[in-house]
Amino acid sequence: MIPAKFDYVRPASVDDAVRALAEGGEDAKVIAGGQSLLPLLRLRLAYPELLVDVGGLGDLRGVRDDGDSLLIGALTTHDDLMRDPLVAAHCGLIAQAAGMVADPAVRHRASIGGALAHADPAADMPAVMLALGATIIARGPGGDRTIGADEFFDDYLTTTLSGDEILTGVRVPKLGPGWGYRYEKFHRTAQAWAIVGVAAVARRSNGQVAEARIGMANMGSTPLRAQVAEAAAAGADASRDALRSAAQRADEGTNPPADLHGAADYRRHLARVLTARALAVASGV
Amino acid sequence: MTAETQAPQAELGRARLRKEDARLVTGETNWTDNLVLPGMLHMAFVRSPMAHARITSVDLSAARQIPGVIAAFSGADFADEQGSLPCAWPVTEDIVIPNHPPMATDEVRYVGEAVAVVVARNRYEAADAAAAVDVSYDPLPPVLDMRTALDEGSPKVHAEGNKSFEWVFAQGDLDEAFRDAPVVIERNYRQQRLIPSAMEPRAVLAMCEAGEFTLWSATQIPHVLRFLLAVVTGIPEQNLRVIAPDVGGGFGSKLQVTAEEVLALLITRKLGKPVKWTESRSEGNMTVHHGRDQWQRIRIAADRDGRLRGLSVDLLADMGAYLMLVTPGVPLLGAFMYNSIYKWNAYSFRCTGVFTTKMPTDAYRGAGRPEATYAIERIMDELAAELGLDPLEVRERNWIKHEEFPFTTIATLTYDSGNYEAATAKAKELFGYDQLRQEQAERISRGDPVRLGLGVSTYTEMCGLAPSRVLGSLAYGAGGWEHASIRVLPTGKVEVVTGSSAHGQGHETAWSQIVADQLGVPFEDIRVLHGDTQIAHKGMDTYGSRSLTVGGMALVGACDKVIVKAKHVASALLEAPPEEIEFNHGVFSARNGSGATKTIQEIALATFAAHNLPDGTEPSLDADATYDPDNFSFPHGTHLCAVEIDTETGMVTIRSYVAVDDIGKVVNPLIVEGQVHGGIAQGVAQALYEEAVYDDDGNLLTTTLADYLVPSAADLPSYVTSRTESPADNRLGVKGVGEAGTIASTPAVVNAIVDALRPFGIRDITMPCTPERVWRAIQNAQESGGAA
Repeated sequence: MIPAKFDYVRPASVDDAVRALAEGGEDAKVIAGGQSLLPLLRLRLAYPELLVDVGGLGDLRGVRDDGDSLLIGALTTHDDLMRDPLVAAHCGLIAQAAGMVADPAVRHRASIGGALAHADPAADMPAVMLALGATIIARGPGGDRTIGADEFFDDYLTTTLSGDEILTGVRVPKLGPGWGYRYEKFHRTAQAWAIVGVAAVARRSNGQVAEARIGMANMGSTPLRAQVAEAAAAGADASRDALRSAAQRADEGTNPPADLHGAADYRRHLARVLTARALAVASGV
Repeated sequence: MTAETQAPQAELGRARLRKEDARLVTGETNWTDNLVLPGMLHMAFVRSPMAHARITSVDLSAARQIPGVIAAFSGADFADEQGSLPCAWPVTEDIVIPNHPPMATDEVRYVGEAVAVVVARNRYEAADAAAAVDVSYDPLPPVLDMRTALDEGSPKVHAEGNKSFEWVFAQGDLDEAFRDAPVVIERNYRQQRLIPSAMEPRAVLAMCEAGEFTLWSATQIPHVLRFLLAVVTGIPEQNLRVIAPDVGGGFGSKLQVTAEEVLALLITRKLGKPVKWTESRSEGNMTVHHGRDQWQRIRIAADRDGRLRGLSVDLLADMGAYLMLVTPGVPLLGAFMYNSIYKWNAYSFRCTGVFTTKMPTDAYRGAGRPEATYAIERIMDELAAELGLDPLEVRERNWIKHEEFPFTTIATLTYDSGNYEAATAKAKELFGYDQLRQEQAERISRGDPVRLGLGVSTYTEMCGLAPSRVLGSLAYGAGGWEHASIRVLPTGKVEVVTGSSAHGQGHETAWSQIVADQLGVPFEDIRVLHGDTQIAHKGMDTYGSRSLTVGGMALVGACDKVIVKAKHVASALLEAPPEEIEFNHGVFSARNGSGATKTIQEIALATFAAHNLPDGTEPSLDADATYDPDNFSFPHGTHLCAVEIDTETGMVTIRSYVAVDDIGKVVNPLIVEGQVHGGIAQGVAQALYEEAVYDDDGNLLTTTLADYLVPSAADLPSYVTSRTESPADNRLGVKGVGEAGTIASTPAVVNAIVDALRPFGIRDITMPCTPERVWRAIQNAQESGGAA
């Protein structure tokens, strides 16, 4: 890797990191696993003057049971998430999606905090967090602040974090009894980004879908909720036909990109097909 | 016990683990990029961002100010000494071979073409300096579609025009074959442009000391490179040593003389310091030569019973912006393969080489033969569909029967051996062909959205390049022989020197096995040397699946000579005339019944001491041999592929894949298995995943592996592989296997896809068969009322 020149600090505490970031100003960047930032540096698409490496902040790694929710530290790797018993027991969607990210080498380095803060609309974890109704926790010079996942993703590769805030963790509500989940990732090779990804959770009650939440990857400049389809699914019969019909509206309100891997109309079609499939599994159909 | 009863297990056919792997997988070796010389500098190239433009100025002043920068040069700085990158295959007398300066001097003709180079103390400074070079361009119109490049009024890539050559070949009476033919089928197939993706990127290191040049390069061809670099740079050949250290794959992409190699030599000469360059993956995607890129119009005439009459092929081949080492010859290697394993009355072939403003094309695994095999195997399926016959049935009605070998084809090649019946029967059985056909029908009748398709490829290929006189008749600029030396050392250990320089093939293991059998010495006692022109002084290198069938035979020839020499020494020591000396498994014995024996190790020591050698005997147990084959090698086989297609998304999944290959006798089954697996993967990659895409301005869009999709093991099925064996006409009975999998698998996969989609009325999908393309084909077919 032959990046442009940059300075590098490895702070010993979150507060030190926040201070370093504030002092670095606009040209400072946080690095954790580096799986999003390093390719940008390598291709010289990003020229930060200071990298604040939070990799030494061991407290930020791991999953904790916090009553109705799980607290996941920002440095928890995708590989950790695949294997964590609390995640498996209460938020299986995260484990399932984490296992489909890139390849084992990337999953051992890439952190959940990095995946969320980088805010690539094609990434898997942001869509998953939308579906789970997660809350992002950040620390800045003024202390901690929480941001709902729905308010977190602002634009392409842009979040509502301010320049001197560090994402320290994410609070994910446990899926209770009656809830099911499914991540449908459509990609051409195992290591490739999702052409479209659909994360769905649904609660089934008396043969019907009582409620559903759907997060979508790569259907716009940010990860998106398929709100029209969610509304259509709520109260629908837990049947293949009813869910397929609700999923027909999955692409409403989206603005999918067109690139080498798929035109926009193809992505809209995929969003509908994948939503139907994800809802069917999540609803136990 | 006599020597005869002590016969060790033969090495030929043993699944030996590879000798070279320990050092390769533990990092205990040197790749070119690992090499460090005192005072070494680093080069970085400034490359054209324009597909076609006139260079109006190159300003190096800012780059020269970057700390650590030693020098910066534009193409103009080397105009008098950089020469022209060579094309060694002028396929016709009137071929247009444009001047190809290693660095552009006045005009750039593809994105990525080098226009300047900076030299700095480290790679970071070099990269910073390259970014500081300011080049001004006056844009010229790009030429991006070879189908319109020959139109009058098309912008020109070169002043000479956009046509490089037209090459024709004809046998038999084609008009007669097509006249009144009951069935005529014509198709246009697209061979998309591919980017060879070797694991090790290209890398070069050059140094000059007292007028002696050494060039290390991640190359397939140290010997050819030495000769051609001497010609291009004017460095006397005797003062140029080329070393290919361990090289991490090539697939043809390192069968090249590159701008970076030339400039490394010129710059080390100018600066008096060693200089190194290693490409990044994105730089490589732009500037390693590309492969394939043809439009194929193929037409066949047949009788209603499926018997083939005539074959006509008209190719457009994209040369890219320049002709590189064998650029124009690659599509012509296919000319002899369109007829494949079938019998024809007449054949005509025409290929037009066209210039465009893209990276030049050149050899990529299979080079011409995968393209040919694809077109013929695809259209054989169309013939089967037209006649309502099973694809295997229509093939069997036309192929050469095994009792008909040797058989001279309509393309004038003589196939020495083959048994298409045996390979096909074995493949059908392993595949469960009939059961799968039944399941296919059931899925259609129950309206399953996941369809099943079965694909067939009964391929052959010509490899083992090649008889020198045949290459000469095709205007190729070099011979096709190979060289080997055997040196039996005083301790009885053996050094084997081969001119066939491996870049991942496992020569050190296979060659040791061959020599162990020939000389009767232990496998472990043999060391194989290669890849350094000062050690292996003669060679034609590694490409075209030639190492075993040509280089392996040179080894056998050298072993023969060693044995003859040793017999003379043995005859003196055993006191019997040479013709009375027998040699078995490393032991010489006299036929006079004395029971006295000498091992080859004892002979080696006696030869070294040279105390009691017969008059006129050289005190040496060394021998050289150069082998030039009489014919190509013709492996063949039957590959069967089953795909499932999700018609809702267009996703194609390979469900099973059976490969039965006939490659004659096998030296090391493990190495063969590796070649077959990797070969199939690369052919599947063309069918499903890979394509170099240029936009309307001539920018390469697939510069990273996120956009140029190379499949990994996770994307590929577990292959079922097996073999049949019809021994080839050479002393080891072997054929080449390096490209067979790639040649066979692409049509097997696409035939399976089209087979699944035929009920929709679909008869072709353009490669790579992406989910979107498959989905759109189904949508279009349904909109136009196709049944399903």
